[in-house]
Amino acid sequence: MHNVALIVLIAIPLVGSVAVFSLPAGRDLLAKQIALAASVATLIYAAVLAIDFKNNGPRFQFNGSWVWIKDFGVHFALGVDGIAMVLILMSALLVPAVILSSWNSVDTVEDAEAIDQPKRSPKTFFGLVLLLEVFMLAVFAATDIFLFYVVFEAMLVPMYFIIGLFGGPRRQYAAMKFFLYSLLGGLLMLASVIGLYVTSGTGSFAFGDMIGKVPSGPSQNLLFLGFFIAFAIKAPLVPFHTWLPDAGAEAPVGGSILLVGVLDKVGTFGFIRYCLPLFPDASKTFAPTILILSVIGILYAAFLAMGQRDMKRLVAYTSVAHFGFIGIGIFAFTSQGGTGAVLYMVNHGLSTGALFMVVGFLIVRGKSRLVADYGGTAKVTPKLGGVFLLAGLSALALPGMSTFVSEFLVLVGTFTRHKGLAVLATTGIILAALYVLQLYQRTMQGTMLAKVAKFRDLSARELLAIGPLIGLIIVLGVYPKPLTDMINPAVKATLSDIHKTDPPPKSPNVRTESGR
Amino acid sequence: MNAAHGVQSLAWILVALPALSAAVLLLAGKKADRWGHLLGAGVPVVLFIYAVVLFFSLKGDSGEGGGRERNLHLFSWIPVGGFQVDAGFLIDPLSLTFVLLITGVGSLIHIYAVGYMAHDPGRRRFFGYFNLFVAAMLLLVLGNSYLSLYVGWEGVGLASYLLIGYYYDRPEAATAAKKAFIANRVGDVGLSVAIMLMFAYFGTTSYDGVFTSVGGASTGVATAIALMLLLGACGKSGQFPLQTWLPDAMAGPTPVSALIHAATMVTAGVYLIARSRLIFNHTEAARTVVVIIGAITLLYGCICAFGQDDLKKVLAYSTVSQIGYMFLAVGLGPGVYAIGIIHLLGHGFFKAALFLSAGSVMHAMNDRIDMRRFGALWKVMPITFGVFVCGWLAIIGFPGATGFFTKDKIIEAAFDKGGTSGYLLGIVALLGAGLTAAYMTRALVMTFFGKKRWEDDVHPHEASPVMTIPMMILGALALVGGFLLIVGAGVQHWLTPSVGGSVEEGAHTISPVVLSLITIVVVALGVAGAYLTTREVPAVQPIGVSPITTAARRNLYADAFNEAVLMRPGQWLTRGLVFLDNRGIDGVVNGLAAGLGGGSSRLKRTQTGFVRSYALTMLVGTVIVVVTLLASRYV
Repeated sequence: MHNVALIVLIAIPLVGSVAVFSLPAGRDLLAKQIALAASVATLIYAAVLAIDFKNNGPRFQFNGSWVWIKDFGVHFALGVDGIAMVLILMSALLVPAVILSSWNSVDTVEDAEAIDQPKRSPKTFFGLVLLLEVFMLAVFAATDIFLFYVVFEAMLVPMYFIIGLFGGPRRQYAAMKFFLYSLLGGLLMLASVIGLYVTSGTGSFAFGDMIGKVPSGPSQNLLFLGFFIAFAIKAPLVPFHTWLPDAGAEAPVGGSILLVGVLDKVGTFGFIRYCLPLFPDASKTFAPTILILSVIGILYAAFLAMGQRDMKRLVAYTSVAHFGFIGIGIFAFTSQGGTGAVLYMVNHGLSTGALFMVVGFLIVRGKSRLVADYGGTAKVTPKLGGVFLLAGLSALALPGMSTFVSEFLVLVGTFTRHKGLAVLATTGIILAALYVLQLYQRTMQGTMLAKVAKFRDLSARELLAIGPLIGLIIVLGVYPKPLTDMINPAVKATLSDIHKTDPPPKSPNVRTESGR
Repeated sequence: MNAAHGVQSLAWILVALPALSAAVLLLAGKKADRWGHLLGAGVPVVLFIYAVVLFFSLKGDSGEGGGRERNLHLFSWIPVGGFQVDAGFLIDPLSLTFVLLITGVGSLIHIYAVGYMAHDPGRRRFFGYFNLFVAAMLLLVLGNSYLSLYVGWEGVGLASYLLIGYYYDRPEAATAAKKAFIANRVGDVGLSVAIMLMFAYFGTTSYDGVFTSVGGASTGVATAIALMLLLGACGKSGQFPLQTWLPDAMAGPTPVSALIHAATMVTAGVYLIARSRLIFNHTEAARTVVVIIGAITLLYGCICAFGQDDLKKVLAYSTVSQIGYMFLAVGLGPGVYAIGIIHLLGHGFFKAALFLSAGSVMHAMNDRIDMRRFGALWKVMPITFGVFVCGWLAIIGFPGATGFFTKDKIIEAAFDKGGTSGYLLGIVALLGAGLTAAYMTRALVMTFFGKKRWEDDVHPHEASPVMTIPMMILGALALVGGFLLIVGAGVQHWLTPSVGGSVEEGAHTISPVVLSLITIVVVALGVAGAYLTTREVPAVQPIGVSPITTAARRNLYADAFNEAVLMRPGQWLTRGLVFLDNRGIDGVVNGLAAGLGGGSSRLKRTQTGFVRSYALTMLVGTVIVVVTLLASRYV
């Protein structure tokens, strides 16, 4: 088993990153071009892998495993199931979009006038983005739990520098907060990884060997909690969320997109990939608590989003609400909920990526993150107004867009087990409409502010960055089958790991649905 | 059910063509301004021609088995485990009736809009949104499952949002658009929960599957589903308690008010209930709620209409009230569904005629719409006046005009329900007819008769033929449409496969002839009363009026209620939670961080030392791992 397909996937951005970093100072344009080329190459390669992926084949594909630390059974083992595959595709798509959208915006502080600010090095930014991509791809592809832990932690480093070096005025505070939270989560996870190794007694860290090896009881509960809290901080679920609005707001927009779009997904990915199969009984024990926390998160974060004056904080809070939906989808233990949650992760990456991007376009023009500093903008920038609205509509999960498919699957999958919670979560769709349309009205509609009058409309580069995201959101809303077919077998396998099947329809007089 | 064949299998163009043309219109640059409106107005005409062909194709199929229901499977949309939703169309008399209404009246209003929007620099964008609406509305009525209905449902909501907020630089238009969307979202919660209930109990969301299974479900389940569907219907159709968005929606251009907020979209709630008749048939309780909502809204709309001086708002409240009649009809249940649909069609004709003539007036009066500033317009705008009179005759139910046939049927059906409730509903419906006659007469007199009250800078004139020809066609339909709809019970028979047969003749509470006479008397009293009280119209709204008038002007305090009960507490909650999140949760965490890190200020200051400490932690962590692993191996 030495399939190098995934090694190549990780190597492409790594080579690109090394190349960018080794350029002499001042070669910023070349650095951007190399970064774009490397990220596009990664995307094309990832797409080829996805086409080659057999939906009905083995659970893990493109497996490759190399001995790393022999004494402890640590392997450098990679492989993808349907869940990892779609998340890799999403990450590989976001990176070139981020590079294009950040092309000219990281030389100075995005959201303040460039007075008294030291010159920044775009080269470093694009090198860090590619390095981050290496870890993002590896974290989804790892099938060895020790390797997963190492990459999970290593991801912090480039993100820390992206926030700390290229962020807004309060970047150092935000970077520290991000770091402390992640540190706490990382330590808990480390303890649990060790505990898992000890209790499973397999002498290996291979994910496949660990399933069903942890005896149920207090030790499984403790290990579950260690992993869960680490992931809940990363995701983040309420009440572990307060680092995200600061980090999401202070990071440069490109950094925010990757932070919220991909890094946070590692948390929800961890729930479904690690928490459920490794600790099935503990998952069931804690599921009611987690479901309730998730529903609270959906409503609580939506109200907070409405109350924000800073556009980037607003988008960050919308994401906290969306992570609540992913949470209920995973812990409802139904195939609709699970598949919906994974699809939600992909769609959220596209949708929040687009939303952060349009907010970023606005900030680059107006040098302010505050909603109140804009008004009537659509009149002078109709293209920006159009994509802003589309991105907003995807965030409120408008039927016909891909986000609706995932949100409805999550809700319907939750409803079959927990009616009350699903109905409460459904009221979140009203709040989502409120915060999105309120933001759109205040920035884009109404009377035009004087300073807005000289804004340029979107450039071709900006349209190229956001167009594919919006296009994909619409296409996948009409035809999500390629993704659901890829995700569904992996979710089914996970559900069988925890011995759960979908509840059958309750009405006695039901016809069989086969063949329809 | 048979599969669609021949020309029927092309039905997907009904959605694809307007969606494509909307995309072209919205994405094409300024160079498309020259021909954009032609494309936009041409598409519904092509669709109408196709719909007529489709009608004859389906009618010709009647001899074959399976009746007049055709299923057109397109592709598998969301397949996850037991949740299998297909994209597909149901072509049956009910959906096809709506297709004909939407494309037929839609074509006329599109053509009218070419003239109405001629001087608007955003005309191409307008037609893009308008075609998007047509695509979504056709998807709504043609989809063969509740989930595909939901997509169309929200699509028309989006188009409505875009078009109400078409003049988005006007704050009141942007606010009205948002309000409409939010009210609809409240309804969407109902629709979503209804669909979830269907899946949880029946394992499917397709009409076919749900209707087959609903017979075996308990009444409780059927009632829950029906009430949730009703919540959705109330949101979309501007029914109590979600009615306040519809009058505000008049902030959009007048063709929008005519097509979306009168003739088609707002009747989608009636469609939903008629389509779901097998669910509603199963639950007396839910039908009672539908009837009560219809009756309340019917009177509410009439009363509020009296308080309005804005001609479009009068028509909007009239729409609210007329849809109340339709809800009343479909709530009466088996046998009356078809009557509700027939009134819906008639209303589509006469309300479109009324709105288009109101738009013509507005056009002539420099976009002013205050009836106190009109008066004596019949001389300068004879065609507009004529069309408005046709609509007026139709809506008040003048003998021979549309409302006489369609609305009086509903009054009759209400009495025929029998018992006290039947009398109560019948009297409400009858009272509504009188009030309708009165407020519509008030609008007619204030606009077209009396003394001229407009300023000297206004030069009213008749509109161009591109506007007046569609108006005249709709005016004619408003006059004779009702007769055509009921003659020989043709439409009723046509609809029977979809909505069930009619009630037995001869079971009347009050003989139809007597009831007709009573209705005519009530209507005549309404007309006379309004005429006598509107002979003198002050050019400025009088103050110090009766409490009832004040209440009617302020839509019976529905907005004030929403503001006090929903909006303000919501804002307080938001502010409280923001405070809690910043000071509470985050404060605790920051305190903890300061304690752990030895003071956040120090960490902030020494950024490089910070990374060093991180590296150190990693190192310590790795050492712990190694030691533990060694220990576990050798202990």
